[in-house]
Amino acid sequence: MVNLSENKIVTENLSVHYGTVRALKDVNLAVRTKEILGVIGPANSGKTSFLKALNRLNDLNPDCRVSGSIRIDGKDMNREMDAEDVRKRVTMVFALPLPLPMSIFDNIAYGPRRHGMKKRKELARIVEKSLRAAFLWDEVKDRLSSSAMKLSGGQQQRLCIARTLAVDPEVILYDEPCSGLDPISTAKVEEAMFELKARYTQILVTNNVKQAARVGDRVAFFLTGELVEVDEAKKIFTAPRDQRTNDYITGRFG
Amino acid sequence: MNLSAKWKQRIAFSVLGLASIVVIVPVVVIFFILIEKGLPAINWQFLTAMPRMGMRAGGIFPAIAGTMYLVLGTIVVALPLGVLAAVYLVEYARQNWMTRMIEVAIVNLAGVPSVVYGLFGLGLFVIFLKFGSSILAGSLTLSIMVLPVIITASKEALSSVPQSFREASLALGVSKWQTIRCIVLPNALPGILTGTILGISRAAGETAPILFTVAAFYLPRLPKSLFDQCMALPYHLYVLSTQVPNVDPKIQYGTALVLVGLVFILNFLAIVVRAHIRGKKQW
Repeated sequence: MVNLSENKIVTENLSVHYGTVRALKDVNLAVRTKEILGVIGPANSGKTSFLKALNRLNDLNPDCRVSGSIRIDGKDMNREMDAEDVRKRVTMVFALPLPLPMSIFDNIAYGPRRHGMKKRKELARIVEKSLRAAFLWDEVKDRLSSSAMKLSGGQQQRLCIARTLAVDPEVILYDEPCSGLDPISTAKVEEAMFELKARYTQILVTNNVKQAARVGDRVAFFLTGELVEVDEAKKIFTAPRDQRTNDYITGRFG
Repeated sequence: MNLSAKWKQRIAFSVLGLASIVVIVPVVVIFFILIEKGLPAINWQFLTAMPRMGMRAGGIFPAIAGTMYLVLGTIVVALPLGVLAAVYLVEYARQNWMTRMIEVAIVNLAGVPSVVYGLFGLGLFVIFLKFGSSILAGSLTLSIMVLPVIITASKEALSSVPQSFREASLALGVSKWQTIRCIVLPNALPGILTGTILGISRAAGETAPILFTVAAFYLPRLPKSLFDQCMALPYHLYVLSTQVPNVDPKIQYGTALVLVGLVFILNFLAIVVRAHIRGKKQW
């Protein structure tokens, strides 16, 4: 049995600046192993900056400066690790589905191949396993060699989750993964997230408060770059400690 | 919309349409004249034989072959250099005074008259580096001339690959270089090749840069090495038209037709290559 209170990622005084604008202020947050942490907050609350700091995608923006520390399994990811190693362990699913312009099979096999996997059989096994885990296998198993661009939006997003799983990460970040999807596709993505709980730590940034309530074990509320509070989902949605949290989840502002 | 606005729109459309039609008129006229006057000269012997009687008879094979060699040499030098420079500028270089200087240099390089490239090639390759008047010196000179075209086209092609593809790849822990090699370059390839071939086809028709660096006035044999001079179609055409008395105009127009045909084949190749790669690409 996994000890759920064990921390996977711990941030300490994490701040993110874009030029002179401070997008994230001194966030101290511990993400527990194999939980789903919902992250909610209005626009410009810093939730995406937080997410992108966790797999160092912020590095791509030359104006961006990250201070404070982020530790994964106790290791400082900005000082003790390469960006590639961080991103291999902490992968990201984006708001818009981003299939690469190649076949379904090649999309899933892309990560493993780049990381040195050459055996065809093993690749086929990884592809099937990943697609099954993302609840996409039955829909695409007969057309693995056709273009991933021809899939529907919901299928593309599950393809992206499968592609992420194929590199065998430890943490999966979701940046509003259902913002462009219809309710049925959303339900399928959420179902996949539940299944993945057995093996992965997941962080879900969402604009949909109800989704955070449905999926999250714990929920963190961000406002203007600050972490207002983080607690069990039940507590956040029934008895938040902070008035601002209450205002946001009841729709009084944001 | 009132009546006068309607009329204004009508007039504007007519002017715009007319301007577009005017563009194709010279192309059609040039082609018509070249085919009418040049086609009778073209036969198997004209394309494959050596010139005879001081270029007044025989074929133009050495000039065709020479131009081919120059085109090939230019591709070999300019394509890798241009694409690598573009990759560096688009993917790696930070925006600072250095990259701005490079970009300004590229734009200015594109504006330099071709005869200046010829003099530059003469000074650097022929004399200073002692390559002599040779295919090597000519190819290098042409390469420098087409580099701005190739770099600009490649940069545009690379920039047009959606940033999201890069992010999707990087987010999987794939390194930047692997991302460029496996995602960015394959998707930019059609644009790069189109730009390159268009640049090269321009080089194939240039006279001034090869004038001092490679072109032979009259050399009825094929070059034996990179350090040999060779004939080339544009220069041969110039010689036939102005330097040799009593040349049958048929031969002049025939030579011009071959040169234009060659350039068109290269351009057509660019279209075919692009269509082929687009067809394979599934988005």
